[in-house]
Amino acid sequence: MYNLTTQDIHAIRLSMEVATTATLLSTPIGFVTAYILVFIRLPAKSLFEGLINLPLVLPPVVVGYLLLLLFGNAGFLGPILDAVHIRIVFTIAGAIIASAVVGFPLLVRSIRIGMEGIDIHYLQASRTLGAPWWDTLFTITLPLSGKAILAGMTLMFARSLGEFGATIILAGNIPGVTQTIPLAIYDYTNTPGGDPMALSLCLVSIVLSFAVLLVSEAMAGSFRRRENR
Amino acid sequence: MNLSVSVKKSYPGFRFSVEFKLSGNQLGVFGPSGSGKSTLMHMLAGLLTPDSGLIQLDDTTLFDSSTGINIPVEKRRIGVVFQYAHLFPHMSVLKNLFYGRKRTKADKRLISPQALIEVLNLSHLLERGPNSLSGGERQRVALGRAVLACPRLILMDEPLTGLDEELKLQIIPYLKRVFDDFGIPLVFISHSLREMRLMTNEVLVFKKDGLSDRLATEDLARHSLMAGSRGYANILTLERPQPVNDLWEFSWGKTELILTDPGENATRFELDAKDIMLFKKHPEASSARNLLPCEVIDLYQVRNRVGVELNCRGNRLIAQVVPQSIDELDIKAGANIVAAIKASAFRPLF
Repeated sequence: MYNLTTQDIHAIRLSMEVATTATLLSTPIGFVTAYILVFIRLPAKSLFEGLINLPLVLPPVVVGYLLLLLFGNAGFLGPILDAVHIRIVFTIAGAIIASAVVGFPLLVRSIRIGMEGIDIHYLQASRTLGAPWWDTLFTITLPLSGKAILAGMTLMFARSLGEFGATIILAGNIPGVTQTIPLAIYDYTNTPGGDPMALSLCLVSIVLSFAVLLVSEAMAGSFRRRENR
Repeated sequence: MNLSVSVKKSYPGFRFSVEFKLSGNQLGVFGPSGSGKSTLMHMLAGLLTPDSGLIQLDDTTLFDSSTGINIPVEKRRIGVVFQYAHLFPHMSVLKNLFYGRKRTKADKRLISPQALIEVLNLSHLLERGPNSLSGGERQRVALGRAVLACPRLILMDEPLTGLDEELKLQIIPYLKRVFDDFGIPLVFISHSLREMRLMTNEVLVFKKDGLSDRLATEDLARHSLMAGSRGYANILTLERPQPVNDLWEFSWGKTELILTDPGENATRFELDAKDIMLFKKHPEASSARNLLPCEVIDLYQVRNRVGVELNCRGNRLIAQVVPQSIDELDIKAGANIVAAIKASAFRPLF
């Protein structure tokens, strides 16, 4: 096992930044999406649901390529963003977007399952006690979805830490700029004598993922204790 | 409270149509499962929108399909106590109690939380979480939560159904005290005749095909001679228990009654109509400890049973006999007879 190089430490930091940012940015959107899927009547709900879940079944490379088409210079959004000096392709923003898109279905699915488990009578009781729908959303639905949101965030964070295919297409593999742990491992495995370094980063990856699971379990336990008082 | 309802609602396989006007403070909605009781409750609370019709509570129109009025749930100020309490699991009892109150305008907060907490005996539970409460405690908190929002009306949807018989009898006095002390109008939904008699004065009777009758709760009860294994039960308010040897003597208006079981500070007792024997004359010797001279007020037949309504020195009692006994004893309105009741026939309620 070798000591980690500065570049490796940068990859680890970048992975954490990408996974954290992607998860935090996606969570409110994921919550709203799950709320719409569970509580709002939509005419083409299955289609909407299918679109959200698509990245889960598509190869990540395909997702990355579609994102590249969207955000690239010749893409739909690329020129618009370019006009306001925002660059997505081959930047950390690209890595965050790739992670967010690939992990989003897992986040929504988890929150949705939790929301579907909320007894409708809690929401009805809240409304009859004078709470408008948004008040019920923040004081009842959100806290009672806490465990599910946490589970979704954990899944998404872990998925982001491991994200490879979409990231390499959209953000590239630029050491110090967009190279995350999986991309660094990929580089090492393609370099003669790089296996020990790849193994070191694998170990870091395992420790990080395990730590996320432990923290998530501890927080879920705290939610359970609060509800079982 | 004046409640006027004329609504229609259709689902695949179920059509609900009801029309009534009521006034009074403690109303019952009685009927079997699937007869539309809960549908009515949801419409009154605003949790379900009728296809068409009108709902008016006192001087407020809650729903009117012709003018497009449909006051949202949170603005109706109609409290609901559900069958299984549904206290918010992530909040303490105290936070549950104050949830509605916090969302009530200051000028509408007419009920003192301290007084209510005392009436419902909740002070020792305030810091606890809902999951550590017994079924009866949960229902008391649920009622307190609804009452503290100072609603114009409280709907109770089968609130005692999930509780065992003993717990039901423990919680009913709390319910009665709350509605008597704070004067909030009540619509009590249940399929239990006993609960209905203890909680309401007037009742809407639903059958499978909709609203079938509207009558005084006691009139509904009178015709329950064939209901269940017990049939009609008299509910007596007895006072001033005095020990007499191994038994207890209670005052029942101007009459004294001898009982074996005084209950725990009970004042309400049940006496099944079938446990009252009737004699043409005072029996010289009888094992029954209570021999009450009565006047027959009325007779009514329900299939092969006859209810005999009696006036026992100003107290009303219903005895149940078979038609042959009526003929043999020549019982008719105005006749004087003797009712014999065993001391063990009384069941303490609360």
